[in-house]
Amino acid sequence: MSTKQMPEPAIRVQGIEKSFTDLSVLQGVDFEVAAGSIFALLGSNGAGKTTLVRILSTLLKADAGSATVHGFDVAAQPAEVRESISLTGQFAAVDGILSGRENLVLIARLRHLENPGAIADDLLERFSLTDAGKRKAATYSGGMMRRLDIAMSLIGDPPVIFLDEPTTGLDPQARIEVWQTIRQLADRGTTVLLTTQYLDEAEQLADRIGILHQGTIIQNGTLSELKRLLPPATVEYVEKQPSLEDVFLALVGDTGNPEEAPETVPTGKES
Amino acid sequence: MTTQVLSDTGTLTGRSLRHILRSPDTIITTTVTPIALLLLFVYVLGGAINTGSSESYVNYMLPGILLITIASGIAYTAYRLFLDLQGGIFDRFQSMPIARSSVLWAHVLTSLAANLVSVAVVIGVALLMGFRTGASVGDWLAVAGILVLFTLALTWLAVIAGLSAKTVDGASAFSYPLIFLPFISSAFVPTESMPAPVAWFAENQPVTSIVNSLRALFAQEPVGSDIWVALAWLVGILVVAYAGAIAIYRRKIS
Repeated sequence: MSTKQMPEPAIRVQGIEKSFTDLSVLQGVDFEVAAGSIFALLGSNGAGKTTLVRILSTLLKADAGSATVHGFDVAAQPAEVRESISLTGQFAAVDGILSGRENLVLIARLRHLENPGAIADDLLERFSLTDAGKRKAATYSGGMMRRLDIAMSLIGDPPVIFLDEPTTGLDPQARIEVWQTIRQLADRGTTVLLTTQYLDEAEQLADRIGILHQGTIIQNGTLSELKRLLPPATVEYVEKQPSLEDVFLALVGDTGNPEEAPETVPTGKES
Repeated sequence: MTTQVLSDTGTLTGRSLRHILRSPDTIITTTVTPIALLLLFVYVLGGAINTGSSESYVNYMLPGILLITIASGIAYTAYRLFLDLQGGIFDRFQSMPIARSSVLWAHVLTSLAANLVSVAVVIGVALLMGFRTGASVGDWLAVAGILVLFTLALTWLAVIAGLSAKTVDGASAFSYPLIFLPFISSAFVPTESMPAPVAWFAENQPVTSIVNSLRALFAQEPVGSDIWVALAWLVGILVVAYAGAIAIYRRKIS
């Protein structure tokens, strides 16, 4: 369906500005996301990550600048953009009164797909929710709720997915589950734009990381490019203590890979 | 495009109807107050009220009770819409390729269905308490038409409340004055018995003409000019509330 002759970025953001009454949230944001890659938008609370995601998913109009998603302009062709995306917002957008399966069927119907029941069953299976499929979503744990939320976003195989703080409020195990899900998405060729305030999340998942600070992208690059911005590493001998997360995951017997918790570098917090 | 509006509205209406089926207490809480009022007025206060007509008191007051039922039922529309907005599912729908108006219409149609069930329950209780009417099928259709218009008009008001509320309480509090309005009308006592300024208000507010029309239809009396005043009010409120709700919705989603 898309023109494939040129390597058009899946998301292109140019000079986006947005303010609310007297508060200027975005002051000229520029970046591009290559098709099929994971891009992490890293920023502290209130940096404008959600505002940007809302603009890209046509929920909000920018004051200035332009953005295209999957080749469509978000302001001029919102209907086409909505055909190409899925949004998983910061709060699980799940109907708690419906069962997990009914939630999936609902979205499949709204996307006018054939055989919504089969699509729902398939996704329940993929996200290990088959046993819980008939239960009200309100009874799900935080991690299950998030998985259902992401599963709902995958219906119709949109080429671009926005995940706004997908792991905020989740416990470490659920976080690892969500990370695995996101990696699988990218493996299938979906472009993922995720926002996060967790440095290790960006480090774990993203092909490229953009740091959103005071309304602009102050740095944008791969993890190693960003690391090169700091003075070269010096060798010091430090006794390696397990992080509390390592201890927790070892004690509860988690299956996720016990990678060393990254030595997080504090970002520029000077205001 | 039109078929998309219909199918999306159908899908989303199915969703909110499920909400009602899963929490039938919304029907119970909607009907419990009107039924209590019905009992109170018929068996406690009614004996002392002189309506000046030969009708039994339950016949006299049922139209007003039906309006109170609807006025308390539509608060749930504002409540459900507000929860959708807060929970993020509203954003999910808006970021999907669906007909945008279907999100509101689904709530409105659900309100209509729920309120008609509540009204039927209250009429059932009234029948047990001795309510009788010789109304023909045509009269009943006219009664149903007026109640449907009343429900739609108030539901679009509820949509405005749901879209603009800041808190859950705010979303449903707007209905209290609406529930109270029938008391200052011809619903329970003849307006002639009220002090002049109150009587003037009662005679010129929408509930009186609606109540009088319903009462005339149930009693198989000529509806007179009341029906036109009632329809003018209902259509007027409906158009204004609909336009207001759509304007607020547009501002919200653009």
